[in-house]
Amino acid sequence: MSDREIKILAIESSCDETAAAVVVNGRDVRSNAISSQIALHTLYGGVVPEIASRKHIEKINQVITQALAEADASLDEIDAIGVTYGPGLVGALLVGVAEAKAISFAKQIPLVGVHHIEGHISANYIENRELEPPFLCLVVSGGHTHLVKVLDYGVYEVLGKTRDDAAGEAFDKVARAIGLGYPGGPKIEKAAAEGDPHAVEFPRSKVAGSPYDFSFSGLKSAVLNYLNGCRMKGIPIVQADVAASFQKAVTDVLIGNAMRAVEECGADKFALAGGVASNGALREGFRRACEERGVAFYRPSPILCTDNAAMIGTAAYYDYIAGKRAGLDLNAVPNLKLGESR
Amino acid sequence: MKVLGLDSSGLVAGVAVAEDANLLGEYTVNYKKTHSQTLLPMLAEVAKMTELDLGTVDVIAVAGGPGSFTGLRIGSATAKGLGLALDVPIVSVPTVDALAYNLAGHRDLVCPLMDARRNQAYTGLYRFDGNTMETVRAQCAVGIDEIIADINSRGERVVFLGDGVPVFDAYIRAHAAVPYSYAPVHLNRQRAGSVAALGLSYAAEGRTQSAAEHAPEYLRLSQAERERAKQEHAAASV
Repeated sequence: MSDREIKILAIESSCDETAAAVVVNGRDVRSNAISSQIALHTLYGGVVPEIASRKHIEKINQVITQALAEADASLDEIDAIGVTYGPGLVGALLVGVAEAKAISFAKQIPLVGVHHIEGHISANYIENRELEPPFLCLVVSGGHTHLVKVLDYGVYEVLGKTRDDAAGEAFDKVARAIGLGYPGGPKIEKAAAEGDPHAVEFPRSKVAGSPYDFSFSGLKSAVLNYLNGCRMKGIPIVQADVAASFQKAVTDVLIGNAMRAVEECGADKFALAGGVASNGALREGFRRACEERGVAFYRPSPILCTDNAAMIGTAAYYDYIAGKRAGLDLNAVPNLKLGESR
Repeated sequence: MKVLGLDSSGLVAGVAVAEDANLLGEYTVNYKKTHSQTLLPMLAEVAKMTELDLGTVDVIAVAGGPGSFTGLRIGSATAKGLGLALDVPIVSVPTVDALAYNLAGHRDLVCPLMDARRNQAYTGLYRFDGNTMETVRAQCAVGIDEIIADINSRGERVVFLGDGVPVFDAYIRAHAAVPYSYAPVHLNRQRAGSVAALGLSYAAEGRTQSAAEHAPEYLRLSQAERERAKQEHAAASV
């Protein structure tokens, strides 16, 4: 099959983006259609699962049709359908899963169930043709903070993860507390650019006995306590300084744990992934940390950091050529663990 | 005309294949497995048993709501995927209409009752002239007290069916002022055969939509939207 193109139609609906893509041979993205719901959820200060699910069902066919059209492909040319089946919001996941199964059945196209985080990690393959496992990867998003050793395509060892809030969740909560609103990531980054990252010394949380694990709820509480303290003492709150100091605290912890893993594992390649990986300060911090250690640094373009289906297509391709297939009884698994994918 | 019928609006998962005056196959399961795990395998089984060439299907009929929000979306996403892949339109059959159609030909007023929680029912009122169904009260989400009061005011015999019957049995016993009965066990829940049959007649009337535009009719806002509307209402009246 060396010369033959393997074309994957990928579908992603795990949170608040309805997405579909056509990916050829795992790395060649022919289309990457995304319908974002951010504006809708901004009204509620965060993603409302029932509203997200309702939007997915309204948009999904249009998004798939758009992905096929932009790739100049028809369903008859598709070798496999890859769909995110977890982790994520169950009602949201079910829309993509049911849709993918129906198309798979109607056109007799093989189906591959994809782990959402595996998708985020795989986003790095798209723009970096030379990148191959093994490497270390930090996945940071609104729902996930995972430090992962990528042993081979589809083979992962989770070294550490958050014990409480995901990094992106901490951004959202702190953004709300200092009056920046939703979504917190980009708003904090923008405010922080004008602030002093050393203005407030927030804690760099460690998890005792687990050097690769993360904890962000303490940091979030420290920010809230600082804000309360200022209000009680009548000290003016400088939004930009709080944002910059908070962002620096998160970044320091992420980089610290990740680089410790890089050194202890003797890794020569390191990749960032997930929505928070589009944060400029984080990217720059990691770039420098990797450069200092002579480690090759990879990160997806911002459009491939956010939830998208191209990354799902890439992950599905490697699962597909490894012979993995899902049945018509594929179900959504909201708390699917990495390494349990089918 | 050949139709695929799907219903996953409630506890029952059902699929059916019908062609003109023939129900070629029907598969109904009322068991604990989730619809996500059962619906497509059931469809595959019925298609295999009836040697169905999917290319000959003209339209997909789906119970389009109301019902369990998640259940409705599993049915709708399945219908939309089939519609997209087979390039055929969808008939969104109101769930309560399809439930009433289980009792086609019945002489009494037909009142489907689906448990909508919080003492409400997804319900409606229907009358049959032979197999022709007349909608007396279109499907709606109302309190059990409201629909029983409506029925009492009409003074006609009524037959109830649906998963709301056991839920509202005590209320009906206490408050129904007209002679009533409950539908027998083989007719008292959603059936994909009824969705397919009504789907055929609705399709013949041109009541189809594209697979892309189809979405369930929930008859209810999400909880977040309800609360937000309540807050806005409260703010506006201050």
